[in-house]
Amino acid sequence: MNENFLSRHRQLLIVWALLLTVPFWLPMLGGYTALAGRVVVFALAAMSFNLLLGFTGIMSFGHAAYFGLGAYGCGLFMKFVTASTLLGVLAGTLVGGIAGTLFGLLLVRRRGVYFAMVTIAFGQVCFYIAYKWDEFTGGYDGLRGFARAPIDFGIFKLDIAASNNAFYYFVVAIFGLAVGLQALILKSPFGRTMLAIRENERRARFLGIPIEKHIWLAFSISCFFTALAGSLYALLNNFADPLGLNYIMSGNIVMITVMGGMRTFWGPLVGAVLFVALQDYVSSMTTNWMFFVGLTFVAVVLFFPRGLMGMLQKRAGT
Amino acid sequence: MELVLFNLANGLIVGAFYVLMALGLSLIINLSNVVNFAHGNFLAIGGYLAFTLTPYIGFWGALLVSPLLTAVFGYFIEQVLIRHVYARNHIYSLLLTFGLGFILQDVCRFIWGPSPLPLGIPDILSLPITEELFFITWYRVFMVAVVIVAVSGLFAFLRFTRVGMRIRAGTLDLDTVSALGVNVAALRSYNFAVGSFLAGLAGVLAAGQIGLNPNMGDDLIMPSFIAIIVGGVGSLTGTLLGGLLIGVAAALTTVFYPAGAEAVIYVIMAIVLLIRPRGLLGEEGMLT
Amino acid sequence: MSQLIGTGHTRRRGLLQATAAIGGLQLASPFIIKARGETPVKIGFIDPITGSLSALAVTEVESAKWTVEQMNKNGGILGRPVELLIEDSANDTGTGVQKAHKLIERDNVDMILGDVNSGIAYAIMGVTAEKRVFHIVPGGHTDPITGKDCKWNTFRTCNTTAMDAAAMTKTLVSKFGKKWFFVTPDYAYGQTLQANFVRNLEALGGTWQGDMLPIANSDFSATLIKAKGYKPDVLLNLMGGSAQINCMKQFIQFGLNKQMALGGALYEIESVRSVPKEAQSGWFAMEWYWNQPSVPAVKKFVDAISPVLGGKMPTARHWMAYVSLHAARLAAEKAKSLDAVKMAHALEDLELPPEVSLMPGKVRYRAGDHQLMSDIYVGEMHPPGPGGADDLFTIGQTVTGEDAAGPAEATGCKIAWPA
Repeated sequence: MNENFLSRHRQLLIVWALLLTVPFWLPMLGGYTALAGRVVVFALAAMSFNLLLGFTGIMSFGHAAYFGLGAYGCGLFMKFVTASTLLGVLAGTLVGGIAGTLFGLLLVRRRGVYFAMVTIAFGQVCFYIAYKWDEFTGGYDGLRGFARAPIDFGIFKLDIAASNNAFYYFVVAIFGLAVGLQALILKSPFGRTMLAIRENERRARFLGIPIEKHIWLAFSISCFFTALAGSLYALLNNFADPLGLNYIMSGNIVMITVMGGMRTFWGPLVGAVLFVALQDYVSSMTTNWMFFVGLTFVAVVLFFPRGLMGMLQKRAGT
Repeated sequence: MELVLFNLANGLIVGAFYVLMALGLSLIINLSNVVNFAHGNFLAIGGYLAFTLTPYIGFWGALLVSPLLTAVFGYFIEQVLIRHVYARNHIYSLLLTFGLGFILQDVCRFIWGPSPLPLGIPDILSLPITEELFFITWYRVFMVAVVIVAVSGLFAFLRFTRVGMRIRAGTLDLDTVSALGVNVAALRSYNFAVGSFLAGLAGVLAAGQIGLNPNMGDDLIMPSFIAIIVGGVGSLTGTLLGGLLIGVAAALTTVFYPAGAEAVIYVIMAIVLLIRPRGLLGEEGMLT
Repeated sequence: MSQLIGTGHTRRRGLLQATAAIGGLQLASPFIIKARGETPVKIGFIDPITGSLSALAVTEVESAKWTVEQMNKNGGILGRPVELLIEDSANDTGTGVQKAHKLIERDNVDMILGDVNSGIAYAIMGVTAEKRVFHIVPGGHTDPITGKDCKWNTFRTCNTTAMDAAAMTKTLVSKFGKKWFFVTPDYAYGQTLQANFVRNLEALGGTWQGDMLPIANSDFSATLIKAKGYKPDVLLNLMGGSAQINCMKQFIQFGLNKQMALGGALYEIESVRSVPKEAQSGWFAMEWYWNQPSVPAVKKFVDAISPVLGGKMPTARHWMAYVSLHAARLAAEKAKSLDAVKMAHALEDLELPPEVSLMPGKVRYRAGDHQLMSDIYVGEMHPPGPGGADDLFTIGQTVTGEDAAGPAEATGCKIAWPA
């Protein structure tokens, strides 16, 4: 137990040391800070999704819906209500989270393939609404007309509009708060129940745990965090795009999670690094990038189903 | 009124097409618990194969051979890839077929190019059936006929052949079927091939109507998902009903609010999920 | 697809090459064309090389590579070699924005071109304006790019929907009549295009009806029945891509071509090539066409580029990339600098010479909205004629960009220069 505790601290230190120093070492590796922002945003989305997949054992294949609703919520709020970045992020998180919470009510009794299919279909509903409702969402062309604004903290002003690095640290700060909260949730009695449901739903039910209520709550929490990631994505692009709601995006979120290791806390972050770097690199190298990305998916499923972190942990464990 | 009647007929034609696509998908879900995201890409491959074959064996030959080749290809893919994930968490089969879809789409683009291609159909089929019914071409009639033959064939296959009966039995209770000494692995392979055959057939029919492009499967796969959810997972008859229902609904919407034609199928799905979560003919407890 | 590969200097990378050999797939070397000599001028080109617009993007990229190669043979830009860095936006806005950041922050490009998809073009404009990078949109049509959302650093080469609509309306009305039926894709591009047509038509006292359809609609029978009932003089097919082709095919199948004329705004050669003969018809606007006997420079251009295209004729998309790149060169040379503000000022109202514009008229990016005032060719599509497989269009009338576009003030563009 003690050793486990130490190793977790070691992981924590490595992760944060690397994240906080990105602007210094990434350009040396041929990257750029906006890429790191993308990694962190997708990592947050995937870690939020992993609360369901990895820690509750529930398989949603439609998380792009909440991600995208977060992006639109944030963008629309900043465009039509007020151009405050923080309020925009809050609005996006609420929109995606509440939609997920309501939709979760329809879902909780479904399991397995059926659950996955219904989540896909709901994601497509959101996609169509964004796609169709031109006057409001900008339709096919996407939502524009909002931009991240400098944040005034009174004592100092964080200019996330002009400086890429400032925006990156803003994203990292929110990421830190969010995943800290996620870690607390996982440690709480509720988090333990999620694990119990994952390990053996029937036994958990016999123990008198109201399974449906817990799954609903886990789904809802996961959606709120995913929507938060979506809001940040809107700020990253200064744009919200219907394709951000499409099932392809859902698939990417799932892939990131599995690639990094769905049974581990930091796995999705590692997956996001791998995925974003792979996509960025291969798509500049070849027009056949879809082939290589697809091949990676297949290879991960067939040969590395535990993901990178899962494999490392297994090796460390034996 | 004439417009409404016509659209009803037209909706049945479109629905018939969704049925063909969704039945293949549904077969695989029922027996193997795999949602085949690459189903739309199998459809595209069927269409493109027909495009390549037509100059040699004509449209009619391609209509027959292309789905068979797609079935062989499906069998091969099942053997090499899909069967490895049956025993695992569903997330893996979803991801596997999702990645496979990427690969197949890119392969189509690589072989046949990114531009849309037309599939030549016999002249007789592109004519309207009569002067008054100028909007119903023989091709549409032909499509419906092919779908009816294929669907009856499928149901006959499932009812009267040994493999078919085992597939049906396996859908209901795989453990028992396995315990009775049936080779479940082989059964799933055949079943996947049958599903791929239907996708290939749908591909040839779609190509004759709307032409070919590497992304053609993307637009067609979602209606099939919806057809299955609306009809109820686990029930082929439900899928049949679901496909026809959303086809007709989409067509009737075209009369009154054309831009909503795509959206209406999602509305139907939402209503079904609210009122009857297991789908029209789905059985409670099936695959949940 | 193979045309994309292997022009100019190529750099291959070991790992991917090996993977490519295993996969049996060709791997584009990293789209870099390099000339020898001093620090190159870097041009980033973002286009949806994969996804539903890939056919058009591939054409633009193909032309851009050829153009840069030629340019380097003739002294490059400001005497420096030009390096073209091509990135795939995959028809996804997030990816497009990411690629813009990549090109600007990592590769330090001097200017950006792109994207075919107007939505992505807008999003990239956000990045280029913020980073003060000179930007040309070769082929994204939606009006606000040079209208109410215009930017000081952005120029657009292809027409606006307003220009295409204005150029077509007169011809269609005078040839066929004033009762029209629209088949329009239901998104910003389609809606503005139809609105522009309607405005022009109503000004001439015309009447109309129409259906807004999903963007990727494939079955047009319901709409065509309505159209037949309405008995219009002209049916305007404003759909794009495969939807346009399918609408065309069904229009012919249903025999409606015997009862009404067919017209529209754009019907790109890339699409016309892939439809059956019967559907190679109707009156449309061509943004550029290879067969212009009155402009000698066009023949020279066609003869030079056609062998690279496997004997095919260049399309309007080839022209867009060609003009955009040369315009950037001219701007840099006039400004004697690669500074975005100076280049943008230099390009305003700079009249492009005929060997760049490849058009009879006086062609320039006007100062008021940074829109290229290019000639618009109104004419009729037909199956391949005596001029070969790409002899698909006969120019009926050439409308000047100025006439079609109307005054710059009316576009809603107000250019705000950086302090």
